[in-house]
Amino acid sequence: MTTALVNIAYLIASALFIIGLKYLSHPRTAVRGNLLGAAGMLIAIVVTLLNRRIVSFEIIIAGFILGAAIGTILARKIQMTGMPQLVALFNGFGGGASVLVAGSALIEAAGKAHDMPCQLTIAGVASGLIGAVTFWGSLIAFGKLQGVVPEKPLRYSGEQIFKSILLLASLAMGAWIVIEPSTVHFYWILVAVASALGIFLVIPIGGADMPVVITLLNSYSGLAACATGFVLGNNVLVIAGSLVGASGIILTKIMCKAMNRSLTNVLFGGLGEIPESAADADDVYGGKVKATSAEEVAMLLETARRVVIVPGYGMAAAQAQHAVRDLFNLLESKKIEVEFAIHPVAGRMPGHMNVLLAEADIPYDNLREMDEVNPTFEQTDIAIVLGANDVVNPSARTNPKSPIAGMPILNVDKARTVVVIKRSLSPGFAGIPNPLFAADNTLMLFGDGKKMIQDLITALKEG
Amino acid sequence: MELLVTTLTIFVLAIFVGFEVISKVPPILHTPLMSGSNAISGITLIGAIISAGSQYTTLTTILGFSAVVLATINVVGGFLVTHRMLEMFKGKKERT
Repeated sequence: MTTALVNIAYLIASALFIIGLKYLSHPRTAVRGNLLGAAGMLIAIVVTLLNRRIVSFEIIIAGFILGAAIGTILARKIQMTGMPQLVALFNGFGGGASVLVAGSALIEAAGKAHDMPCQLTIAGVASGLIGAVTFWGSLIAFGKLQGVVPEKPLRYSGEQIFKSILLLASLAMGAWIVIEPSTVHFYWILVAVASALGIFLVIPIGGADMPVVITLLNSYSGLAACATGFVLGNNVLVIAGSLVGASGIILTKIMCKAMNRSLTNVLFGGLGEIPESAADADDVYGGKVKATSAEEVAMLLETARRVVIVPGYGMAAAQAQHAVRDLFNLLESKKIEVEFAIHPVAGRMPGHMNVLLAEADIPYDNLREMDEVNPTFEQTDIAIVLGANDVVNPSARTNPKSPIAGMPILNVDKARTVVVIKRSLSPGFAGIPNPLFAADNTLMLFGDGKKMIQDLITALKEG
Repeated sequence: MELLVTTLTIFVLAIFVGFEVISKVPPILHTPLMSGSNAISGITLIGAIISAGSQYTTLTTILGFSAVVLATINVVGGFLVTHRMLEMFKGKKERT
């Protein structure tokens, strides 16, 4: 096939990616969007296989079979609660592939030509740096979400200096390779330093900030592919990579805004750093917390007309989404209006709660975004908070000194009665007590999320 | 140099297109959008195929093979899992 025809096929693939992403951002067309993206990928792969430089197909096919088998198994077996770590893992693999491709292209170019164009070395260095940070950063994020690496933020003195040294060292090494292309084998040392940077960038970040980390790494994996496109002089890589880079940045911005924090603050410090004094919690809770039982809550629900359920990461951790669906159906059958209020950063990745509730067959017409649901809490009889904490903490609104001051929250405290299902009074990720738990209209239902919802259902059926 | 400028032009324009296309995603679709765009970023597979297939040296072939495996996991797994998620969203719509 001539180069022109190949490039036209790549152009078609790029157009399919753009249309696919466009469709992915609307619920009605999302399935089609994903299929269009896959079709674009297929076209790009087939055309590439016709490339005249390919002398043997065995190795490529072996790679396809192995990769497709692993990918299919992972995609089919993963539970919906495990979605954040799977996305992190796939992300990392994309970044890792970029590192290897750029490295291989640099070796080949160094062997063939005596003077390497600086476009090649700059792009190669960028690809190695971003790709390695993406790969290792994503693996650490995966480990944290899977519980293999401690989820807590691991901070130490001199942390920022150490990370800055790693960054400067990798940049200096990159500059050296660009100025002195004969040292191109140093690429692998650059990759090693960037790998350390990726690890130490993510290790200090706590579990609840993972939505931001994952979206940012998603963006990086796109940029790494884009840089590889510059190395190979391949436009479809550049276009697809920049699209993903841009979409990742948009999502990162949405996440940061939902926490009222800057990206720098999420990445380099801020919340969860210093635990608040214990005396603080006693001041807030002392003698004011009212515990309740499933039977009492069931009685309240019997007379309610409107109930809003606020899910958080605790629902995912307790795998309570199916029990919640049963409760939802039971309440609906009693002609009680039930809605779900979803905070943008609830869970461990953007949209995490939506996916879990969709898995449990809860119609998405009953899922409400924060801005939509907040004005309705005053007309809500009962708000059930299930495994959420910081996103319903009224201090964000009332206490300007609070570490989460100004963060947009769900105003559940405005509901007539608030039922909080939680194991204990332990603080959420922000490490601060929640005055909601001690409010006059709040009842605490202490226990495991799934068990408590099931107890509620039993009590409702008996009552 | 001319090639670099052309590629840069495409890069900058594609970034703008990306921002334009994805500026208003409803939160319900954040997860599928992430995993779907993630699969698209597996486009590095194309470079991996050339590395693995051109067999310039043993080293580049090994690198290419590993890259093909990683990128294929990213592409195949990414599109499949996105499809699985989106089917869940669609399923309920029909029943209600």
